[in-house]
Amino acid sequence: MSRRRTWLLAASLGNLLFLYAPVAVLIVFSFNASRLSATWQGFTLQWYRVLAEDEALLAAVQNSLLVGLASTVIATVLGVCAAVALERCPFRGQRVVEGVLLLPLVIPEVMLGVALMLFFVSIQLPLSLVTVTIGHAAFNVPIVVVIVRARLRKLDPALEEAARDLGASAWQAFRCVTLPLLMPAILGATLLAFTISLDDFIVTFFTAGPGATTLPLKVYSMVKSTVTPEINALSAILVLVSMALVGASLVLQRKPVRA
Amino acid sequence: MADVSVDIRNVVKSHGAITAVDHLSLEVRKGEFFSILGPSGSGKTTTLRLLAGFEHPDQGDILIEGRSMRLVPPNHRPVNLVFQNYALFPHLTVFGNISFGLEMRRVPRAELRSRVETVLDMVRLTSKQDRLPAQLSGGEQQRVALARALVNHPSVLLLDEPLGALDQQLRQDMQVELKAIQEQVGITFICVTHHQEEALTMSDRVAIMNHGRLLQVGSPQEIYETPASSFVANFIGVSNTLVGHIRSLNGSCCGVMVPGLPKAQAIVARPPAGAGVGSPVTLLLRPERLHLSREVSLPGFDNALEARISKAIYNGSEMQYLLSLADGISWKARVPNAGGGQKRFLPGEAVFVRWTVDEGVVLPE
Amino acid sequence: MLAGWLLAPALCWMGVFFVLPLALVFVISFASRGTYGGVEWTFSLANYLNVVDPLYLKIFLRSLTLALATTVLCLVLGFPLAYYIARLPVRWQGVWLLLVMIPFWTNFLVRTYAWMFMLRAEGLLNTLAMGLGLIASPIEILYSPAAVLIGLVYGYLPFMVLPLYAAIERLAPSVVEAAWDLYAPAWAVFWRVIVPMTKPGIVAGCLLVFIPSLGAFITPDLLGGARTMMVGNLIQHEYLVVRDWPFGSAISFVLMGLVLAGVMAYVRAEGSRRELEVRR
Repeated sequence: MSRRRTWLLAASLGNLLFLYAPVAVLIVFSFNASRLSATWQGFTLQWYRVLAEDEALLAAVQNSLLVGLASTVIATVLGVCAAVALERCPFRGQRVVEGVLLLPLVIPEVMLGVALMLFFVSIQLPLSLVTVTIGHAAFNVPIVVVIVRARLRKLDPALEEAARDLGASAWQAFRCVTLPLLMPAILGATLLAFTISLDDFIVTFFTAGPGATTLPLKVYSMVKSTVTPEINALSAILVLVSMALVGASLVLQRKPVRA
Repeated sequence: MADVSVDIRNVVKSHGAITAVDHLSLEVRKGEFFSILGPSGSGKTTTLRLLAGFEHPDQGDILIEGRSMRLVPPNHRPVNLVFQNYALFPHLTVFGNISFGLEMRRVPRAELRSRVETVLDMVRLTSKQDRLPAQLSGGEQQRVALARALVNHPSVLLLDEPLGALDQQLRQDMQVELKAIQEQVGITFICVTHHQEEALTMSDRVAIMNHGRLLQVGSPQEIYETPASSFVANFIGVSNTLVGHIRSLNGSCCGVMVPGLPKAQAIVARPPAGAGVGSPVTLLLRPERLHLSREVSLPGFDNALEARISKAIYNGSEMQYLLSLADGISWKARVPNAGGGQKRFLPGEAVFVRWTVDEGVVLPE
Repeated sequence: MLAGWLLAPALCWMGVFFVLPLALVFVISFASRGTYGGVEWTFSLANYLNVVDPLYLKIFLRSLTLALATTVLCLVLGFPLAYYIARLPVRWQGVWLLLVMIPFWTNFLVRTYAWMFMLRAEGLLNTLAMGLGLIASPIEILYSPAAVLIGLVYGYLPFMVLPLYAAIERLAPSVVEAAWDLYAPAWAVFWRVIVPMTKPGIVAGCLLVFIPSLGAFITPDLLGGARTMMVGNLIQHEYLVVRDWPFGSAISFVLMGLVLAGVMAYVRAEGSRRELEVRR
């Protein structure tokens, strides 16, 4: 028994080492004074300073935030409405609608990227931050639908009935009972959609025009050209930001679902 | 009729191929504690949901306080439901849960507060009004659900397995408390349960349902003492049965011939209405009404059968005996354990089983 | 009625910005490349026939092999971890799951770049190994199938662990104990009880890893280089470098077909499981 435990623990720790070592190494070497070598040459904050002065980078961050916010708002509004409709009012042809809403989650992202690019080119909509936002909303709607529906399904339908029994109209029952209970899932979905939008490279790569550089596009061009300590510093910042987002989402999901 | 609170008129409700409620007619009186008792799938929960307005009859009508409930949505009905598993709003406090119905009806703030406080006091939860449901025990959650419904002063309070989620001890305490609250507020209670002891203890009248049909309505005593069918008899407690036919009819008594028992030994019983000589009948006997003894003759009983004790089970307050009668018939008998050193029977012992003519219930087959 | 109004916005959006573009790709896959790129509207199946050209077939086979290898490796690595987490006290389960999730929330480019940094000829692993005297000259792991495999496993391991965890967590420990009690040796407990009962999680995890691995773009692009192209890179190459949109579209649809075949297999497995549960 205990030998089995030890073995499992060792395997699990090995997994974690595999998951974290590369990122940890990146962070450590973001403070390395040497420009080229992978040997430790002393502590410096120089690469962070370089980042802070890189105006193209700051513009890319701004673009990313803009696209992330806009696409998340669109995806959340559309996704929450669709999730409620799909879960609470069954109708004929629901399976087809569900298929259309879920397909973006399974098809290769490269394909979504080229399809959108072809589409924008053929309707002669110039590639820009607008087309990027549209693309991001397209893959985020399904994500919001899936998360919100899962939560709706877990809600006891008797809760809405109880509200109706206590004199609430259908809309009041939704607004006073269902919506507050759905809020953690909606916020969680929003956060996930925002993160995915911030991180997305592939769809952005195909739908962004000149001047519409987002952060991942910038990182990609930096990585492609050379390996420099600035990327390490940037990576370290991004890792910390994503950890903060995970923490925030966890706090949101703590709320009770049922009594 | 002025004293009728709920009038269910020939209601039919089907779920697909299954007829959940089959031509049900039922009148519930004002201020009465009425229970609908039945096994799962008997249609009792559907009946409750029809009353609450979550489902609509395929045929027939339901009148509450003389008003037809056809086309009346749940939020406009003068009834409130205590849900199975309570359906408390997890995001609202105890106070928020209880005041929900009053807020929906825009009751002024001051009146709302005083009404909530009154019911909080009634269910003894004043000190916990700011807790969330998840922070309450099962019994407390149950009382919040009750208070949340009662605060609206409904004409009829509906309860769906109200004590189903509680443990045995708490269940018994709550039976008494629920009945006391009902007497205090004077509202009509309609309670759905599959738990027969609960129904008998709390109710003024009980309805027994099975397969969507109403089998019998009556006071707990009527239901227990004079069940209308062997299903009712066996659903409410345990019954011993004998199947036979009437051999002789003599005023208020009849002789029942039971195949397998000695020919000379007809069972003396009260004949069911309209029965004649030759009618097949079932005789029902409650285990606690049987008298066991070793004596060959004993005055004061109308019937005596020979039996052998096949098992003796001690369960504290009473002895349970499994008896084997002639022809493989197996009965149960229950004898209270009164005082020490009282005579007990041992497995294998031969005994006489005796009862008077009024202890047995005879049903036409 | 109400459902219609609630659904309409999402459906319109997805119809215009997802179904329509996909349909466009489908139509174009039957056209042919114009002289200077662009599309010439002549119907032909040539693009699909072109896919089996050994040059492209090799890329498809490489993608399939790498995706399968990634799936198997993730399963082998992830199962002990998922099992360990599922049997921890609930409080610790949360902490460990969080640790598995954090990399998933971290920018994919950054995580892939981390391996570039590790595997380069002048990268950390080579520097370390040479410093320790294990090797005399640096080994070039970067820009090889092995590097791509490492990157894919690294990228998608959390996708395997989470569904596995969910499945194992649902498996009552008493069932495993019952198997022990009935004389099952460890291997039998594993193969005859744990694996069959966690199969839905295994299947889900495998698909969640296999699908993105098959269509991977960033990992082979950064870690594989030109010599280790996968289908995703081929599509990008055809679209943006060769500018043969019709052929790129045909490849896309073949790739989608492969992915959907996997999804169908999953839906089938899921369906039979549901049926089983209903029968119980």
